[in-house]
Amino acid sequence: MNTTRKWKKMVKRSSAVALTALLLMGSVTGCGTKQSKGDSDTITLTNVSYDPTRELYEEYNPLFAKYYEEKTNKKVEITQSHGGSGSQARSVLEGNDADVVTLALAHDITLLSEAGLIDSNWIQEFESNSSPYTSTIVFLVRKGNEKGIKDWGDLTKPGVEVITPDPKSSGGACWNFLAAWYYASRTYNGDESKIKEFVGKLYDNVLVMDSGARGATTTFVENGQGDVLIAWENEALLTLEEYPEDYEMVTPSISIKAEPSVAIVDENAEKNGTQEVAKEYLTYLYSDEAQKLIGEHYYRPCREEILNTFGDTFDLNIELCTIDDFGGWDQAYKDFFADGAIFDEIYSK
Amino acid sequence: MSTKRRKRRKRVLPGYGLTLGITVAMLSMFILIPLASVLVYSFGMSWAEFWELITRPNVVQAFATSIGCAFVAALVNCIFGLLLAWVLVRYEFPGKRLMDGMIELPFALPTAVAGITLSRMYSDQGVLGRFLENFGIQASYTRVGLTIALVFVGIPFVVRALQPVLTKLPDTFEEASTMLGAGRFYTFRRVLLPELMPALLTGFGLALARGIGEYGSVIYISGNSEKEGTQVVSYLIMQKLNSGSVDYEGAAAIALVLLLLSFLLLLFVNLVQIAAGKRTQQ
Repeated sequence: MNTTRKWKKMVKRSSAVALTALLLMGSVTGCGTKQSKGDSDTITLTNVSYDPTRELYEEYNPLFAKYYEEKTNKKVEITQSHGGSGSQARSVLEGNDADVVTLALAHDITLLSEAGLIDSNWIQEFESNSSPYTSTIVFLVRKGNEKGIKDWGDLTKPGVEVITPDPKSSGGACWNFLAAWYYASRTYNGDESKIKEFVGKLYDNVLVMDSGARGATTTFVENGQGDVLIAWENEALLTLEEYPEDYEMVTPSISIKAEPSVAIVDENAEKNGTQEVAKEYLTYLYSDEAQKLIGEHYYRPCREEILNTFGDTFDLNIELCTIDDFGGWDQAYKDFFADGAIFDEIYSK
Repeated sequence: MSTKRRKRRKRVLPGYGLTLGITVAMLSMFILIPLASVLVYSFGMSWAEFWELITRPNVVQAFATSIGCAFVAALVNCIFGLLLAWVLVRYEFPGKRLMDGMIELPFALPTAVAGITLSRMYSDQGVLGRFLENFGIQASYTRVGLTIALVFVGIPFVVRALQPVLTKLPDTFEEASTMLGAGRFYTFRRVLLPELMPALLTGFGLALARGIGEYGSVIYISGNSEKEGTQVVSYLIMQKLNSGSVDYEGAAAIALVLLLLSFLLLLFVNLVQIAAGKRTQQ
C-alpha cells in the first residue's frame, strides 16, 4: 500500500546522495587545473633525471643559470627530480610536467617519444646521439682483490660470488648482462651455445640479485656480501671516493658503452613556453665547463679532447661495444630479457 | 518490527543524504575507481593470455611465497603481539609510555629504510644475522628474512587491535576462574582467549593483508631470487613496470589476482571473526 511512497522517498534520498557525491568529485577534479609557472622575470625549468646524476646536476644548474643570465639577462630556476630511470620516465608519461628529461637509457626516452610527448627525431637533436656523457660497466672488488678478478672470465670461476641486480627489473642491470654477453661472444667467436654456457655460469655465481643498482650496492658495500659487484663506472667511482680504503675498481678488457640520454619534452616545453631555455640547458652540457664538470662527477665526457684529460680516472684503453651491436635496445630487450627469452632460459636452468 | 519502521521514517541524526553522499564519493575516489582501473587495464588481455601469465611457474611461486610468508608472519605477530599488548596493558613499569609509543614506529618509518636496515642486521655480517648463523639459519636473502620483514611491518596491527579489548577486560574474570579452580593455562585458553579472539583475528587479518601486498621492506631483504623462491608478487608487478617494455596489462592482471585472493582470505578471516564474536556476544 505504501510501496509507492516508500519508493518515492528512496528516489529522493538516493538522488541527494548521488548529487552530493557528484558535486564533491567535481570540485576535486576542478582543483586539478594547472596554475601558471612562476612569475615573469624568473623562468622555471623542470629537469626529470635519474638517481646517480643528483650531484652532477646540483653543480651544473647554478653553472648554467649564471651562463644564461649573462647571455640573456633572464633568471632561470631549475627544479630537479631523481629516481629510478624507468619510473621517472613513467611519471612523465603519466603527467609529470618535465621540460627536459635526462635519463639513464635512450629506451626510456623512446617510450616518451612513442607517446607523442617528445619529437621522434630527438636522438639527432643534440650531439653524439643526444648523450653528453657516457659510462660503462666495470667491477668493484674488495681491497686486495683476493680472488684475482681481472676480466669477465674470472667471474665464472667456481667460488667467486658476484653481486648484480636483476636485469628483469632494472634497466641499468641489462647492460651488465649485455657486456658479459659481448665479452663471451668475442671470446667464443659467436658460438651461441658456448656464450650461453659462459653467461649462465656467471649468473650461477650471482649470490644476491637485487631489484636495482642501489639495492645491489647496499648488499655489496653495507651488508658485506659477495666478492665482486658489477656496476656502472660512475657509481663504482663514487663508491671508491667514499671508501678509498675498502675497495678497488677493476676495468675489464671489453665492456659496453652506456649512453644516458637527454631530450626536451616538447609537448610540456611548448605549453610552458620553455622550449628555448630547455634547448640552451641541454646544449650547454656540451660546453668546455660542463664537460669538465661531467668528468669530475665520473661520467665520461662525450667530447674526446676533454675525455682524454681524464686518463687518470678512466681506463681509456677499454674496448667498448654499443647497444647497436645488439640491434638496438628494443631488439636486445626482446632477444634477452622478455619473458621466456635468453635470460630466463639461462637463469632458470 | 515497529521500531524498525519508525527508524526509517525519522532518524535521530540529520544529514543522512549528505553524509552517505560524502562517503560514497570518498569511497569511489580513493578505493573503487583505482581498483576498477586495475580491472579495466587487465581487460586488455585475452582470457588465454591472462591464464597463461598467471599460471607461469614464477608467478605461481610468487603467490605462494607472498601468501605463505604473510600468513606465517601474521601468526607470529599474533603470538608476540598478544604478549606485547598484555605487558603494555597489565603491567606498570618505567618507560611503559615510551614503549607504547614505539609500537607505531614501523608505520612511520619508510618501508625501504626498514628493509635496508633489516637486511643489514640479519645478513651474515650483521649483528643478528651472525647470531642466527650459529644455529645454521641464514636470514637475509631467504624466506626467513622475508618473513622477519613482514613481522616487523605487521606487529602494530595486532597490538593496537588487542589493546582496547584487553583494557576493558576486567581482571575479575581471571580471579573468578582461579577461584573456581582453573589452572593458569586453562584460564588463558578458556576464559581470556575467547574474549580476545575477535580482536586477535582483526589484527591477524590486517597484518596478513599488509604482508601480502608489502613491497618496500621486502625487496631489500628477500634477495628476489626466482631460483630460491623469494620473489614476492609485488616484486613481479614492479618487474612488469620497470623493465624495458612497460607492461601495464601484465602488471594489472597479476595485481587483480592478488586482489581477489586477498579479498577471499580477508572475507574468510572476517567470517571466522563473526563466528568467534557470536560466541562471546561481542
